[in-house]
Amino acid sequence: MAKVTIHITLKPTLLDAQGRTVQSALHSLGFDTVQNLRIGKIIELELPNDTPEAIRTQVIGMCDKLLANPVTESYHMEIQTEENE
Amino acid sequence: MTDAVSDAPLRVGVVVFPGSNCDTDAGNAWKEQGLGEVVYLWHTETDLHGVDAVILPGGFSYGDALRAGAIARFAPIMNEVAQFAAGGGLVAAICNGFQVACEAGLLPGALVRNENMRFVCRHVNLRVENSDTPFTRLYKPGEVLSIPVAHGEGRYVCDNTTYEKLVEAKQIVFRYVNKNGETTDEANPNGSRDSIAGIVGGPANNILGMMPHPERAMKNQLGSADGQRFFHGIFTALTERRLTE
Repeated sequence: MAKVTIHITLKPTLLDAQGRTVQSALHSLGFDTVQNLRIGKIIELELPNDTPEAIRTQVIGMCDKLLANPVTESYHMEIQTEENE
Repeated sequence: MTDAVSDAPLRVGVVVFPGSNCDTDAGNAWKEQGLGEVVYLWHTETDLHGVDAVILPGGFSYGDALRAGAIARFAPIMNEVAQFAAGGGLVAAICNGFQVACEAGLLPGALVRNENMRFVCRHVNLRVENSDTPFTRLYKPGEVLSIPVAHGEGRYVCDNTTYEKLVEAKQIVFRYVNKNGETTDEANPNGSRDSIAGIVGGPANNILGMMPHPERAMKNQLGSADGQRFFHGIFTALTERRLTE
């Protein structure tokens, strides 16, 4: 199987309310130098082994259709095929 | 006109997803005002049963998995709703319904986590920005309504091009305001861009999305009856359509 890790992040122009709250919690715990904390999602999935290009094409289809909202989110992925292991 | 105008009751279809929880309130709002019949449309259906208008109700479809509305937009019934809307059919998308409509691309923009991270559940003041739509026609322009909100992800966002189009085409129909009818940061319960609470879109401004719940503002005893004219507006728009068809 090929393993895919998809990172979905809020577009930089969008205020990340969750990230801001967590950053202020860190500040109040004494980690007061933390800046620009933003929270996204990681989606891990497995697909039958194939070339990285073929897997990338499939995952782009999934992201554009369902996994990411193009209005608010960007994504990138890491692909680990069996040959690499 | 040779054909007799139908006097059959007007029928509103309320879509029910797993996790919808305002479906009955929306149906009751229509029925209790004596406006006609209600057809509940389960998400797996592939037929609107000839309803005259569709309501996408509030709730937490699919538990808001991934993003609010992200899974519901692929329910089989949504193909029919999209086709109905493309043909000019009236679709009122309320709260989670608004999120579903944005995810489905029926309306522009998106709804994200409230700026203050809190779930807000209270009455808000809404200013009617455009009363020339099938949904808001019984309100006066600039009128301030009291309607409740109940959501955690209601911050309306869109890119600048979309925003300019919304303003230009008067697609913004409701804004959050204070008692005096002014937009302020305090009166904006979720941090929505330009205090946007509701918009219209579609080929004839026939799709409305709003975060507040008009179906929860049907009785003065429960705080407000300002939602009544929303449903009566849909009724009069549908009745006029029948007369001109």
